[in-house]
Amino acid sequence: MNPGDPARHPWVAFRTLVRKELFRFLRIWVQTLVPPAITMGLYFVIFGNLIGSRVGTMDGFPYMQYIAPGIIMMSVITNSYANVVSSLFSAKFQRFVEEILVSPMPDIMIITGYVAGGVMRGLMVGAVVTAVALCFTDLNVASPLLTLCVVLLTATLFSLAGYINALFARKFDDISIVPTFILTPLTYLGGVFYSVNLLPPFWERLSHANPVFYMVNAFRQGMLGRSDVAPETALAVIAGGIVVLFSACVILMRRGTGLRN
Amino acid sequence: MSHALETQGLTKVYAHGKTALGGIDLTVEAGDFFALLGPNGAGKSTVIGILTSLVRKTGGSVRVFGCDIDEDFARAKSFLGVVPQDFNFSQFETVWEIVINQAGFYGISPALAASRAEKYLTLLSLWARRHDRARTLSGGMKRRLMVARALLHDPRLLILDEPTAGVDIEVRRSMWDFLAQLNREGTTVILTTHYLEEAERLCRNIAIIDHGRIIERATMKGLLASLHAETFVLDLAIPLGELPPVPDFALQRVDDHTLEVTVDQAQSLNQLFMRLSEAGIQVSSLRNKSNRLEELFVNLVQEQPDGEPS
Repeated sequence: MNPGDPARHPWVAFRTLVRKELFRFLRIWVQTLVPPAITMGLYFVIFGNLIGSRVGTMDGFPYMQYIAPGIIMMSVITNSYANVVSSLFSAKFQRFVEEILVSPMPDIMIITGYVAGGVMRGLMVGAVVTAVALCFTDLNVASPLLTLCVVLLTATLFSLAGYINALFARKFDDISIVPTFILTPLTYLGGVFYSVNLLPPFWERLSHANPVFYMVNAFRQGMLGRSDVAPETALAVIAGGIVVLFSACVILMRRGTGLRN
Repeated sequence: MSHALETQGLTKVYAHGKTALGGIDLTVEAGDFFALLGPNGAGKSTVIGILTSLVRKTGGSVRVFGCDIDEDFARAKSFLGVVPQDFNFSQFETVWEIVINQAGFYGISPALAASRAEKYLTLLSLWARRHDRARTLSGGMKRRLMVARALLHDPRLLILDEPTAGVDIEVRRSMWDFLAQLNREGTTVILTTHYLEEAERLCRNIAIIDHGRIIERATMKGLLASLHAETFVLDLAIPLGELPPVPDFALQRVDDHTLEVTVDQAQSLNQLFMRLSEAGIQVSSLRNKSNRLEELFVNLVQEQPDGEPS
């Protein structure tokens, strides 16, 4: 066997990529970890404290406490997506993705390595925002297992989506279009700040077509024990989304889309 | 012994219809120092791109040390080290991070990677800069960094795509010595370069590619021996007003201090100097007008019809 054969140390390549991704966003922590804390802190101050005090309760919870899981989930979604799309696109743009492509690393390992980076940043930002939330309200975790499952699966799903975005992106504008015009509206309309039960029947039914709705509600179920949708349904939707997006990533990598001529 | 590289009928047609390679048959023996030359856009980088998986071939076959890339590309890639033409590392990472990460991508354990990194960074005079970010390095250092990075997994075949482009002569010569030593120790080397002196000095075998086809494949010695005539530049010791007749040689006056003469294979420099002496012309120095390989290269490429392969 060739000394450089990765089969000798199958996890070294994966570990190397994960560590590289981790150090990348930690190195620029002022750009990656601090802004979500400030933005989400403002949400808590404005929507939770100033406006929320006039709203009263939502589904039996103080408004501040009700929106906290949604705001945490919003930060996990946007940051896991942003991490992968910006990291892979930068590597593509500056061509150092070739370091990985010329190596014997299998495509699946490349995908999972980048996704692991996105999940780590999503979880880290989620933890920071949770700490910020605790400055404003009490948070009890009704079901730690469900909470952990939902946050992990959601971060994975949006990391995969970010990966696909980066593959197709040709310029920096292309990596901001999806977050601005798709991700943000879906998140705001996914029940972060309200219960969909308050909506007219048509809009309530339409909300069920929004994947973020399932994530926010499953996470809220995990933390508050209250949801607009059954957690089993929500988990199935998220897991289904992961299977579809992961398959798409594998097919695109096999075709060389965006990375190979 | 298996060939280090064997391509048969290698073709590449891009999506927009441009044919970059029109059927490349190429064999490089294990242990060779091989030059792959050609003008810009001839197809050299496309061949390298296919070997490294950055470009997907349209047809044909590629074997690296007997391993078919269609059957086990990961294994074939593990034999290869690549030094690309353009800088392709993160400018924000340190020298150490870049080489250690690259070793990791090839599955090299951290301990082994660290010892090899020390060895190659020292040999390439980068050890003192190992904690510096890549963006702070000079152009020559960046080139050496890419060579060190390509060697961390101990490749059996090293491919260098213009490794000395834009570096000063001192760095270039030290790079030549380093590569020659590497080849003596058993690494097969394929080199593309526009410095034909570099190819002539280092390589034993050569292929010239133009318009996506191999137009010449020979040993370096054999190719140079086929050069029928060489043009020399003569610097004169005493300025010359008018060129006196010099029998047997076609001399051309460039200016008062310089002459050019073309000497064919049947003639000798001794004869030339005898005739010059008889004509009262005193020469202070002599040099080739162009590199010998360059002369051949230009002749071969100019003979090719324009246009891409069908």
